[in-house]
Amino acid sequence: MGMSSVASTPSTGSIARTCIYVVLLVFCLFYLVPLYVMLVNSFKELEEIRGGGMLNLPENFTTAPWSSAWSTAQIGVQPTGLKPYFLNSIYMVVPAVFLSTMIGALNGYVLSKWTFAYHRLVFGLLLFSCFIPFQIVLIPMARVLGTFGIAGSTWGLVLVHTVYGIGFSTLFFRNYYEAFPTELIKAAQLDGAGFFQIFRRIMLPSSGPIIVVCVIWQFTNIWNDFLFGASFTDFDSQPITVALNNLVSSSTGVKEYNVHFAGAILAALPTLVVYIVSGRYFVRGLMAGSVKG
Amino acid sequence: MVNNKFLSKSTWQQILPKIVLSPSLIVVFAFVYGFIIYTGYLSASNSKMMPSYDWIGFVNYSKLFALRHWKIAITNLAVFGTLYIGICMILGLTLAILLDQKIRFEGVIRPIYLYPMALSFIVTGTAWKWFLDPGIGLETIIQTWGFEDFSFRWIKDRDMAIYCVVIAAVWQTSGFVMAMFLAGLRGIDDEILKAARIDGAPAFKLYTKIVIPILKPIFLSAFVVLAHMAIKSYDLVVALTNGGPGRATELPATFMYSYTFTRNQMGIGASSAIIMLMTIAAIIVPYLYAELRERKSD
Amino acid sequence: MKKMIAALSMTAMMGSAHAIASEVEVLHWWTSGGEAAALNVLKEDLQGKGVSWQDMPVAGGGGENAMTVLRARVSANNAPTAAQMLGFDIQDWGAQGAAANLNDVAAAEGWDAVVPAALQAFSKHDGKWVAAPVNVHSTNWVWANKKIFDELNLSVPSNFEEMAAAMDKMKAAGYTPLAHGGQAWQEATIFDSVVLATGGVDFYKKALIDLDASALSGATMVKVFDRMATLRSNVDENFSGRDWNLASAMVIEGKAGMQIMGDWAKGEFLNAGQKPGEDFLCFRFQAIQGAVTFFSDQFVIFKIGAYRQAAQGELAKAIMAPSFQSAFNVVKGSVPARTDVPNDDFDACGKKGMKDLADANSSGKLLGSLAHGHAAPASVKNAMYDVITAHFNGEFSSAEAAEELANAVAAAQ
Repeated sequence: MGMSSVASTPSTGSIARTCIYVVLLVFCLFYLVPLYVMLVNSFKELEEIRGGGMLNLPENFTTAPWSSAWSTAQIGVQPTGLKPYFLNSIYMVVPAVFLSTMIGALNGYVLSKWTFAYHRLVFGLLLFSCFIPFQIVLIPMARVLGTFGIAGSTWGLVLVHTVYGIGFSTLFFRNYYEAFPTELIKAAQLDGAGFFQIFRRIMLPSSGPIIVVCVIWQFTNIWNDFLFGASFTDFDSQPITVALNNLVSSSTGVKEYNVHFAGAILAALPTLVVYIVSGRYFVRGLMAGSVKG
Repeated sequence: MVNNKFLSKSTWQQILPKIVLSPSLIVVFAFVYGFIIYTGYLSASNSKMMPSYDWIGFVNYSKLFALRHWKIAITNLAVFGTLYIGICMILGLTLAILLDQKIRFEGVIRPIYLYPMALSFIVTGTAWKWFLDPGIGLETIIQTWGFEDFSFRWIKDRDMAIYCVVIAAVWQTSGFVMAMFLAGLRGIDDEILKAARIDGAPAFKLYTKIVIPILKPIFLSAFVVLAHMAIKSYDLVVALTNGGPGRATELPATFMYSYTFTRNQMGIGASSAIIMLMTIAAIIVPYLYAELRERKSD
Repeated sequence: MKKMIAALSMTAMMGSAHAIASEVEVLHWWTSGGEAAALNVLKEDLQGKGVSWQDMPVAGGGGENAMTVLRARVSANNAPTAAQMLGFDIQDWGAQGAAANLNDVAAAEGWDAVVPAALQAFSKHDGKWVAAPVNVHSTNWVWANKKIFDELNLSVPSNFEEMAAAMDKMKAAGYTPLAHGGQAWQEATIFDSVVLATGGVDFYKKALIDLDASALSGATMVKVFDRMATLRSNVDENFSGRDWNLASAMVIEGKAGMQIMGDWAKGEFLNAGQKPGEDFLCFRFQAIQGAVTFFSDQFVIFKIGAYRQAAQGELAKAIMAPSFQSAFNVVKGSVPARTDVPNDDFDACGKKGMKDLADANSSGKLLGSLAHGHAAPASVKNAMYDVITAHFNGEFSSAEAAEELANAVAAAQ
C-alpha cells in the first residue's frame, strides 16, 4: 500500500490539466482569503482600517499591532499581552493530548485485538460520547471537580479534556489497528509475549501515522477550546483562548481590529505549525486508518 | 511480566485487556452517560439560574416546542446540516480527486486546504464577517473592479444569512474532509485499478463504478465527523452573525447555550439538549449499527 | 494542656488566615484598554493597602461569558472573591444565598445616604448590601455629528416628530440619518428610549418593569413599534450585525447624522480626537420630563469563608471611594454611582450626565434599562429582545409585535 495516485499517469489532455490547476488555484484563494484579510489588516494602523479597503495592502506598514498583541495589550487589568497565557495552554495541552492519545491507543488495541463479548457495543458507547454537547457538561463537571478539589487547576482541565477526548482517540486507533494483521499478534503470543509486550514492541512502533492523526485532532480541539478553559480555571491558569477572547470581545471599549488579528494569528501559531509540519503524515495516517478500517 | 499466584497466565491475559479498558468505560459512563441522565432530570425540573431538583414533569418540553425561536433553530439545523455535510462531502471528494492527478505543488496546496481547521473561530469569524459584509467586503470590492451591478448581501438578509454560515463552515472543514478522501484514494489497491484500466474503462466510469464504492467507509467516517461538527456549531454562529439578522441564524447549540446560561431558563435549555441528543442518536445509532454489522460479516 | 493546644491552633489559624486574607480574586469582563486601565487604578489602590489583586477576566457578550464561568466556579465551590454583575443577576445570586453581607461596611461608610435608591434596589438583597456599585451608565443618549447638524441648520430635536423631520432632511442631503448596528441588544437599547419618549415614565414602569400585559400589547406599544419602524427606515441597508462602535465611526466620519447609544459611545468619539460640543453633540433622546434610563456595573462580594472578610471589606470600600469613582468613570464614560462625587474632572457630556442622574434620582425618574438587564429578569429581557429584533428586521407589523411582546413576556415568566 503506497502513496500512489488513482490517476496512474497524467494522461489527460493539457487543456483538462489546465482546468484542474485553475480549479485547485481558485480553491486555494477561497481558503486563503480570511487569512489574507487577517494578515494585511494586522499590519495596518487602526485609522487605515476604519477607512475601509479591507483587501488593500497596508499603506503605512506597522508591526506595532503584533508587539502589542504579544506583550502590551490589555488582557485584564494588566497590560501583559498574550505572552503569559501561552505557557498555561502548553501546560494543559501537552499532558491532555499525551494522556488521551495513550488511552485511545490502548482502548483501540483492546477493542480490535483482544475482543470479547459485546466489544462492539462498548466501542459504540465510547464513540457516542463524541457527540455530547459540552454546554450540558459544564455544571455537573464543575461539581465533580470541586468534590475532588481540582477545580480551578490545570490538572482539572487536563482531566476534562482527556475524558472528552477518549471517544475520538479510541475511534482513530481502533480503526487503524483493525487493519493490522492479527497473525503477527498470534505469532508473538506463541513466542510468549504478553498483552503489554505486544502493545509496546509490535503495535506502538507501527502506529506512527495514526498517532499523528490523533495528536493533530486532539491538539487542535484542546488548544482551541474556550468554554472549558474559561470555566475550569483560576486567575493563574487561564489558557490562551480565554486571553484571546478577552483581547477581542470587550463589549464597550474601542475595538483594535489590527491587534485582534495579530493576536488571533499568534494564538493559532502552534496549531498552524502542527498542521503544516505534520500535514504530510496526516494524510498518510488517515489513509492507513480509513479504507481498510 | 505479572506474577499472580491465583491466576494462570492465560486467564490473566484474558482479564488484563478488560482491566485496561475499564477506566475509560467508567469515566465515560460517569461523565457522559451520567451527565446525560442528570440533564434529563434537569429538563423535567424548574431549574432557572442554577440546577434545582423540583420535578415539574414535561412542562419544559411543551414550552420548548411552543417557542418560535426553537422552531427556527431546528429548521436552520436541518438546512445547515444538510448543506454543510453535503457540500463538504462533494467538495472534499472533488478536490481530493483533482489533487490526486499527479499535481505539482501538492505539498503546498494540501496545507492551504487543511489549515482552516487549525484556527479558532473567535477571530476568523471577524474576518469572514467583514468579507461577507456588503459595505466593506466582497460586494464593494467587485463593484470597484467595475461590476457595478454585482450584489452579494446574504449576510444581511434573514432568509439567506444561514447560507453564509454554511459557507464559513464549509471553509473550515472541507479541507479536512478532502484529506480523508485523499488518504482513501491513495490507499486503494493498485491491482484493482490496473485491471479496470485494462478493461478500457473511461476515467469517469473508473471513479463512479470502482473508486467511490471502495471509499464507502470514508463517507461514513466523514459523516460522523461532519455531523458532530454540524450539531456542535456554536462559535461559528456567534462570531459570524450572533444569531441574526433578527434571530434568523439561531441553531440548536446557540439556543441551548442561551437558554441555559443567558436567559436563566436552565430547564428549557436542558430539554433542548435532550432533544438534540435524541436527534443525534437517531442519526448516529443506525450508522454505528450498520458499521458494526458490516464488521461481523468480514 | 488542652487549652494550650486550642490556643496554639487558634493562633495558627489566625496566622494562616492573615496570609490568605490579603488577596482578592475578581471576576470581571473589562478587558479593553480604557476600562481595564481604569480598573488597574483599583488594583493599585488595594495593593497600597496590602491587598493583592488576582485578576480573572472573562470577556464577551456584555458579561454573558463571565456569568457562565461564575456558575461553574460556584458549582465547584470555588467562588471568586468578587464578581462584576448587572441588575437582576445580582438579585438572583442573592437569592441563591451565595453573596456575602456587606452591611457593616455600608453602615460605616454611609452608602445608604449617597447611592441613588434605584441602584440600591439592585445592590441590596433582602435588606442586605451584597454588592458595591462602580458606575452608572445611561442609555438614552443621542450622539450626533455637529457638522451635519450645522450644515442642515438643525437644532437638537425635542420630540419624536422633530427628530423624524431632522432625519428626513439628512436623508434628502444624502446622509444616513441613523447609524445603527443590527444586534438584538442595540435594538433593545433604542427601544428603551422610544418607550420612554412615547409613553412617559409611568408607561415605561408599567410596561417594562411591572410587565403589565395590557400595557405591553396596548395602543401605546403599537405606537412605540411604529416609531421603531420609522427609525428602521432611517438606517442604512447594511446595518445588520454591525458592531456598535462601527456605527459610531459612521457618525465620526460624517457618513451618518446620529447614533442612539449609551454613554460609552463617547469613548469612541474622544479616541478619534473629537471634542464634545465642537465636533459632536450629545443629547438625551427627547429629554422629556428629565427621565434617565440607566444600568450600573456592580461588584458582588461572595461568601467564601470568614477568613477573607477583611480583604473583601477593603475591596468594597475601595470601590466606593469617591476618588476611585471619579477616576474610573472619567475614563469609562459613565458617571459615579454615588451622588456626592465632585465633577471637576469630567467633560461637558460627563457633567451633564451627572446632573441628569442627580435630577432624575431626586424626581424619581431614574429607570432601569430593559436592554441592559435593569428592568426585568434575564428570561423576560431576552424574550423581549426576540420580539424587538424580529420587528426591527421586518418579521412583524407593529400590531403583531405588540401582541407578540405580551405573549413572549407571559411565556418567559
